[in-house]
Amino acid sequence: MKYIDEFRNGTIAINLSRKIADLVRGLDTITLMEVCGSHTMNIYRYGLKKLLSSNIRLLSGPGCPVCVTPTSYIDTAIAISQKYSQEVLITTFGDLFRAPGSSSSLEREKARGASVIVVYSTLDALEVAKKNAGKKVVFLGIGFETTTPTIAASIIEAEKRNLTNYFVLTSHKVMPPVMEALLRDKELNLDGFLCPAHVSTIIGSKPYEFIARDFHIPCVIAGFEPLDILQGIYMLLEQITRKESSVKIQYSRVAKYEGNPTALALLDRVFEPCDAEWRGLGIIPGSGLKLRSQYERFDAHTVFRISDFGFQINSAICNPQSAINGCICGDILRGVKLPADCKLFGKVCNPEHPVGACMVSSEGTCAAWYKYGEN
Amino acid sequence: MKNDKITLAHGSGGKLTHELVKQLFLPRFNNKALSQLGDSAILHIHGMRIAFTTDSYVVKPLFFPGGDIGMLAVNGTINDLAVVGAEPMFLSAGFIIEEGFELSLLEKVVNSMKEAATLASVEIVTGDTKVVEKGSVDGLYMNTCGIGIVNDGIHLSTSSIEIGNKIIVSGTLGDHGMAVLSERDSLGFTPSIKSDCAPLSGMIKKILASGAHIKFMRDPTRGGLATTLNEIVNTQKYGIVIEEQAIPVNDGVRALCEILGYDPLYIANEGKVVIVVSAHDAERVCDILKEDSLGRDAAIIGEVVVEPKGKVCLKTVIGGTRIIDMLVGDQLPRIC
Repeated sequence: MKYIDEFRNGTIAINLSRKIADLVRGLDTITLMEVCGSHTMNIYRYGLKKLLSSNIRLLSGPGCPVCVTPTSYIDTAIAISQKYSQEVLITTFGDLFRAPGSSSSLEREKARGASVIVVYSTLDALEVAKKNAGKKVVFLGIGFETTTPTIAASIIEAEKRNLTNYFVLTSHKVMPPVMEALLRDKELNLDGFLCPAHVSTIIGSKPYEFIARDFHIPCVIAGFEPLDILQGIYMLLEQITRKESSVKIQYSRVAKYEGNPTALALLDRVFEPCDAEWRGLGIIPGSGLKLRSQYERFDAHTVFRISDFGFQINSAICNPQSAINGCICGDILRGVKLPADCKLFGKVCNPEHPVGACMVSSEGTCAAWYKYGEN
Repeated sequence: MKNDKITLAHGSGGKLTHELVKQLFLPRFNNKALSQLGDSAILHIHGMRIAFTTDSYVVKPLFFPGGDIGMLAVNGTINDLAVVGAEPMFLSAGFIIEEGFELSLLEKVVNSMKEAATLASVEIVTGDTKVVEKGSVDGLYMNTCGIGIVNDGIHLSTSSIEIGNKIIVSGTLGDHGMAVLSERDSLGFTPSIKSDCAPLSGMIKKILASGAHIKFMRDPTRGGLATTLNEIVNTQKYGIVIEEQAIPVNDGVRALCEILGYDPLYIANEGKVVIVVSAHDAERVCDILKEDSLGRDAAIIGEVVVEPKGKVCLKTVIGGTRIIDMLVGDQLPRIC
């Protein structure tokens, strides 16, 4: 297939892996982190680790949007579906459907009768709202800078169509602040960041410059195809071996220095920065996006008065201690532990019965380890 | 978080379906024919070996590019008989119809059943009709059962599989699943992807008659090739290695899978067969398949190996390797 096969060329891959081996021969272990779920998946899907020298250590950071979504968010979505069961339709992307809250998931709630519809895009959710005028349609808005513009667009579109029954339960995240939090983590010793492809097509390369400048950690924005990733790793190693640190773009066919101005303007119009809770990492200042006050009428948090039923979320609906006991998703998301370090991994926690979000999302590190045989 | 309710994933044909079969059905219905867990049960009756199978159809939408529920119900059961080496003979047909369903649509479904049965030289000899209140089913659900005779000299079993045997698929993967999906969600792809729904009995008859050492066959329906290969190696003392480069997938299916994040190895097929055959006969079987219009894209995709035991391993296009697991969850509910 044109424009795909070129980036999966076996001969070039072998040549690149040889060049990488030449570069790092005799060096101490070099630790690189990717912070995008699609990088994680493709590293495993194409068996890339087997093409890399043993002194290159690849860690997966908090790059899977479902994995970093806090348990309380899923509990809130479930609580809305229960409290307003007669009037609410929940719409969600497929990955979040199976993600565990403290004691249930949307998938299990659907089996119990909750109205949950899996959609492919926010525009599908708008269609659901249009076709179900008598219901309140809540879209579960999670994701990084790649996804959030599509949610912003849906809100603008809902406004244009005068849809009064479309709401978004927002839990959007932005990437640079969490990368900074990781660099401040004393347990982590990173030598380089493989920066996300699609997030960077939106935000450009500028927001990563402080990492290279203040923390002296090289960054490379790499595409998702196997050759992109290998070349991205090579470009990081070039900087590391020369003791340089700057932000370079491997994915130059799409990602630009300035990003995507249209998408950024859309984001800025609808959303504003806020502090956000990350599963396993806690609250990180300025790492989230919330709806601006002029779009409050689309905000599920306000419309359903979620702050009022916090008590129910914490007591009746979920039992935080029982469900997550022993799960080390947080440490895995920070890159300080591997799935193999978790006593639940592959035993109590597997893709059929996931305990933590890293196992449920197809982009999660545990799911990738399990699926692609690292267990 | 264990399930106390049935979820859609229990019907996916993947891991949870297997769990349900092994933990709930098998221990209670325990008998020799069932415990083989073949596509059809092989029954020994008065010196003859009769293959017997059943399948229910809940596909949504009822009509999709390349077929409809009626065609699927006939071909699906024919294929379940054919892959155990049986010559399909007689089918039953059960209809569960929603009150208010258009008679003209039912007629269309029945006509395509007749056409499919005629094409495969089987007869539909018994049936049943039930109608339920509006809202109790989604239009039309169907069940078909089938019987056929396994001729002397044909003994297909995973226990006959040996190290070095080759794995063949009879054509491109994922066509049915992606055709249904693109129709269901009105994704508007042009040209549309067509289902591969077809009776395999004629083509399978040719390879069985060739005298080639066919060890085992299965049609990779729900759960796709990945699940079928895992079913083959499950608990066995051998594994399977397949080459990503050698696996045939239509460009349209690949493109749609890329866009939606699906893996063609897990997508349902309704007109393909996976064949395990001796290395000596592999090329010949592949050539016979290629002469048939249903097998023109047949390919040898891998082989049976000593390690990793009980697992399926994929050599990726770029030279890496990874383990292929069974389908987990349900990628596409109500695909057949």
